[in-house]
Amino acid sequence: MSSLQAQISKILTWSCVDGPGNRMVLFFQGCNYNCMACQNPHTIGLCNDCGECLPACPTTALSMVNGKIRFDPGACTVCDACLEACPINANPMVQTYSVESILALLRENAAFLSGITVSGGEATLQLPFIRVLFAAIGRDAALQHLTRFIDTNGHLGPKGWASVLDVTDGVMLDIKAFDPSLHLRLTGRSNARSLASAKILHKAGKLYELRYLMIPGQTDGAAELECLKAFARSLDGPVRLRLNAFRTHGVRGEAAAWPPMPGDEVEAAARFLTRANIGPVALPAII
Amino acid sequence: MMPLENQTIRRLVKDPTLSPAQKACALSVEAENALDYPMLDEETQAALDARVICDMFEGHAPYKPRYVLPDYSVVLKNGSAWLELPVPQTLDEAIHTLMIAYHHVPSVTGMPVYIGQLDDLLLPYCDGVSDEALYQQLKLFWRYLDRVLPDAFMHANIGPTDNRVARMILRVDAELQQIAPNLTFRYDPMISSDDILRMATKNITTCSKPHIANHPLHQKVFEGRGYGIVSCYNALPIHGGASTLTRVNLAEVAARADGVEDFLTDKLPYYVEMNFRLTQARVNYLFNDSGFFESFLVSEGWLDKTRFTAMFGVFAMAEAVNALQDKAGAKGRYGVDPKANTLGQQISARLQELVTARPLENVWQGRAMLHAQAGLSTDTGYTPGVRIPYGTEPDPVTHIRALAPHHQYYPSGISEILTLDETVKNNPEAVLDLCKGAFANGFREFTANVGGNDLVRVTGYMIRLSDVEKFNAASGSRTNTTALGAEAADRTAILQRKPRVVANELLAGADQ
Repeated sequence: MSSLQAQISKILTWSCVDGPGNRMVLFFQGCNYNCMACQNPHTIGLCNDCGECLPACPTTALSMVNGKIRFDPGACTVCDACLEACPINANPMVQTYSVESILALLRENAAFLSGITVSGGEATLQLPFIRVLFAAIGRDAALQHLTRFIDTNGHLGPKGWASVLDVTDGVMLDIKAFDPSLHLRLTGRSNARSLASAKILHKAGKLYELRYLMIPGQTDGAAELECLKAFARSLDGPVRLRLNAFRTHGVRGEAAAWPPMPGDEVEAAARFLTRANIGPVALPAII
Repeated sequence: MMPLENQTIRRLVKDPTLSPAQKACALSVEAENALDYPMLDEETQAALDARVICDMFEGHAPYKPRYVLPDYSVVLKNGSAWLELPVPQTLDEAIHTLMIAYHHVPSVTGMPVYIGQLDDLLLPYCDGVSDEALYQQLKLFWRYLDRVLPDAFMHANIGPTDNRVARMILRVDAELQQIAPNLTFRYDPMISSDDILRMATKNITTCSKPHIANHPLHQKVFEGRGYGIVSCYNALPIHGGASTLTRVNLAEVAARADGVEDFLTDKLPYYVEMNFRLTQARVNYLFNDSGFFESFLVSEGWLDKTRFTAMFGVFAMAEAVNALQDKAGAKGRYGVDPKANTLGQQISARLQELVTARPLENVWQGRAMLHAQAGLSTDTGYTPGVRIPYGTEPDPVTHIRALAPHHQYYPSGISEILTLDETVKNNPEAVLDLCKGAFANGFREFTANVGGNDLVRVTGYMIRLSDVEKFNAASGSRTNTTALGAEAADRTAILQRKPRVVANELLAGADQ
């Protein structure tokens, strides 16, 4: 039994938007990007036990014990007031899980699932946990029919991918922007590693979907879409693309005032990419 | 002096939103209700007057069973002397024979609630019929059913085998998007292919039909001549049906109990007994006085008098459990709190014990069948059957796992409508996963509404949201069930079911 532990912000047993079929989704806490357009900004930071969330909690769910935040899920009403109060985009409701406890949850829900997706935050920041978990799923007779997917920003390096791909069935990778300075401004990081990861994953036959978020006036221009097309073509073989559309729900800071992405323009972009004949182009379910 | 006029009858006659046929039906109910009710003892009458028990507002003089499920293979095999019908030889003739047969099958609504196990009935006539011809025939048949028998309680069954008639019906049903007929696919993991279940669940994402029945579970209850799923997901014996549906309002029983103990050992058994007396009085009138069983339907063998059950309905489990929790000073709510859910299961188990212990006359196998009743349009403030109250449902997997333990207790039907958000349209495989998971966890039935579809389920029947809007604009409707749907949408909270959005990012411009 592994002693590895993961910091998990939320677990879903029903999700139809995180890969094929219904999937259990683990949202890992902590991210190495700091995206302006992030819709789950409370998954970015790691709690430093500062205690500023305590007064915001209307019940007794949060308390300070020996200098550490303690969270009591039974008393929580999921009002999310603590998330608003947190000064560092962290989440005091994060829970620690062992590999064994995730396996137990999977066994309980296996009849409903096509697979599991690790998301975040940035799941690959807790790669050793993922590796042990995915390997254990593959060995377990009751779970080995489940496909194992990673949803990532692609910042992980080649050695990291090499350590986990043999127990991973598919990866969904987000490219936030192609223009390097635009990417830097939107995420706080260079896109070089993401682009390299996409190539590695595609070559390994594990790139299930390349995702691209359209933000009006920023990542929806002709030049960016041309780059997306050229990059997808450079991958040597068809790739499934998914266009996502920016919405302000959950977004904090300056980006909360940005306009949402109009549906007809996402459709136009999808037509442009479909004509390029790179592979299937998926759209948001509701436009 | 002129005798005072009956104002209800006058209002019906003048109602501009009803067609002449709809008026005739409503007027016949008024006439029936001018007669005396079957004799009830004082206690039963008091429980009925207080609506702790309920007769579904069926008429005073039951002259037809509530649900009739003829064995249509009889008329296909023998023709009918009474109807002067020859034995059909071709697909056209078989469908035509069924279309005629339906007109002679009564039910509580005056229209057939069961139109047969259509793939079994029609497959023998399909040799040498091309796919194109089959498609054309079924499409015309489907259009006829919706236009001539526009009642969404009318139900067709297909499966569990994977066959070309079942597949073509699924194709036509998704294409036409009609409220009628309602459709059930009977699924058996040992018999049905994954492929046809996939086709059925994909249909759910386009038109919220079909309903999927856990065939092995139902088959075990009915065996032999089998069962059909009719109306709002009632499982009943084919070749018979159900004489009556009566029901106990569990919330009203809970309101009269001191606490859980008093509820389970005194008040519930008392009102269950009252409901039995009501049931027996109505069943006996139908069997001994109405003359129904003298019909050609019985003498020609479409129906067997011994195969009519009595459905013992319950509803408002959620409110009953919450009231009992309040009396015990417990905060946990039904559907969410494990202890409240366990209490609910305890009540279901007790009901099953009481219902299977009580003999009844003139009832299939001498016992009533427990049923989680899906509601009436007037049930303001009460949640149907054992469902979780609207707007408080957890995610669909948690939802199914919370309710699954109830399903073993309700052999004549129990349904929960799962509301899935529109994003599932891009991933129908997720509905397939959910359905298989539900059945693996003991669900008897699987029914889902998908957000964004015009066709939605109301308690158990289908309506078009656009029809409800038109009806509310006082333009009337050609379908009988739209009026019920409009009333239910207005008075109960059925349209407030919460769709769940998992990834907001995927909702491009939905708020524009």
